[in-house]
Amino acid sequence: MNAVLQTAAAAGAPMVVAHEVHKYYGAYHALKGISMEVAGGEVMCIVGPSGSGKSTFLRCINQLERIDGGAIWLGGELCGYRRKGDELRELSDSEIARQRLASGMVFQRFNLFGHMTALQNIMEGPVVVQQRKRAEVRDEALALLERVGLAGKAGAYPGELSGGQQQRVAIARALAMRPKLMLFDEPTSALDPELVGEVLSVMKDLALSGMTMIVVTHELGFAREVSNRVVFMDQGQVLECGTPAEVLTRPQHARTKEFIAAILS
Amino acid sequence: MSTPSLSPFAIDHLKIVPRRFYGRWLSAALILLVFAFIINAFVHGQIEWKIVAQFMTAKVIMHGLLNTILMTIYAMTIGIVLGVIFAVMVMSPNPMLKAIAGFYIWFFRGTPLLLQMLLWFNLALVFPMMGIPGVFEARTVDLITPFIASLLGLGIGQGAYTAEVVRGGILSVDNGQTEAAKAIGMTRLTALRRIVLPQSMRVIIPPIGNEVISMVKLTSVASVIQFSEILHNAQTIYFANARVIELLIVATVWYLAVVTVFSIGQHFLEKAFARNQRNSGKTVKAVKPKMASVTTIEGAQP
Repeated sequence: MNAVLQTAAAAGAPMVVAHEVHKYYGAYHALKGISMEVAGGEVMCIVGPSGSGKSTFLRCINQLERIDGGAIWLGGELCGYRRKGDELRELSDSEIARQRLASGMVFQRFNLFGHMTALQNIMEGPVVVQQRKRAEVRDEALALLERVGLAGKAGAYPGELSGGQQQRVAIARALAMRPKLMLFDEPTSALDPELVGEVLSVMKDLALSGMTMIVVTHELGFAREVSNRVVFMDQGQVLECGTPAEVLTRPQHARTKEFIAAILS
Repeated sequence: MSTPSLSPFAIDHLKIVPRRFYGRWLSAALILLVFAFIINAFVHGQIEWKIVAQFMTAKVIMHGLLNTILMTIYAMTIGIVLGVIFAVMVMSPNPMLKAIAGFYIWFFRGTPLLLQMLLWFNLALVFPMMGIPGVFEARTVDLITPFIASLLGLGIGQGAYTAEVVRGGILSVDNGQTEAAKAIGMTRLTALRRIVLPQSMRVIIPPIGNEVISMVKLTSVASVIQFSEILHNAQTIYFANARVIELLIVATVWYLAVVTVFSIGQHFLEKAFARNQRNSGKTVKAVKPKMASVTTIEGAQP
């Protein structure tokens, strides 16, 4: 592990390094030693059948789940622990909260704050957590709303927005924290089919702007078009990892072939 | 024109006779009869209605009424503050806080209010002196007045019930809200304060309204430790003039009046929350004033 620690700390290190990550839910082995690296500016899509552990892995990266083995580095910083000599000391609640600022998360079910308008949702983090100036944050939040195509919806409550609009506000909310990395957990799975496109196009723009992204998705078209690399996961393991062409067009593994055939049919 | 229709389905020309509710009329008549009998009994019973009217606005009664209302407000305030604190504690991952809150709820829900009040009132028997040694010290009998003992009994007991109401409210908010709050870097407590508690209000407010109404009546228990609320004052008067029923009627009327006013308030509060719920899906509009400034900015945009 020391070798990995040093590589991660070196300049030009990958944005995310996962090393032999294990996760158990009781006796259930959800992640069976996931290792991967994501470089800065890279867009990585994780595909795979449900229950394969792809969402769990994503949630481990921003510590919504605790890992039971292995380690994850984000921007060169070890997640969840502080190294002191030969000891790894568990971080406190507030230190973990600070580490989470490095990544922005977009959820399958949007999870917009229901009692706040779109604008307030976006401003909440920068104002309350980062304690930035309200006026400055407001300008930035309005610009973000425009960027996701919702300039006129600043005063709308989540209940008044469609699923696609809510998800775009959620993306703006995550971006307002100025994260180094964006995590997308099946961002279009809860949407009506005709609303999927608007969210994917916002994500595509974001990818083109150079944001580092890890996207758990079933949208193979998006993975093929936008991502630099595709990872196929099944039963808590990475079965294949490569360019979209390698994984999606010429899959090596039988399980990958089956999965892709099932989605395309 | 044409010959009248002979179709068996053309029934528009028939007269519709509304259904008749003989049973309702009969039962209403019976009930009115019973009421008339009861009212008659009271009118001719040994009640001096003049005395009821005379004491209705007597100074001592008014003073008791004010104390009843104030005690309701103070005790509920303590109850809500303690309820929120202990609900948060009982849901904390810290096992110590959890145990303390669990004990508090278990103890104060598990013993009668009257008993708790008597214990507070007689605290001087256990600790004759109270305070911080060297800084401030006083005799417990001077500190624990009937007012303080009632306030402690009602407020702390209420906190145990409110804690359960608040806990239910917190559980009613989708866990995704907490996760989203954590994802933007909030700690557990900030997420609770900024995101979860405001949204749990629509579940918490209606039962709290109910508890306020219960509290109005519960304050009467404080009469046993000489707190001069309305029932106690009514008793004080009838010990002197022996007009027991007249003064109990005075107290009854005032309790009903206060509860009616609070019930109307509760009705409007619940309606307001139900309306907000409809407007914004499953959510509550808690932050109205900001809307105005948002619209101006929108308007300013090209």
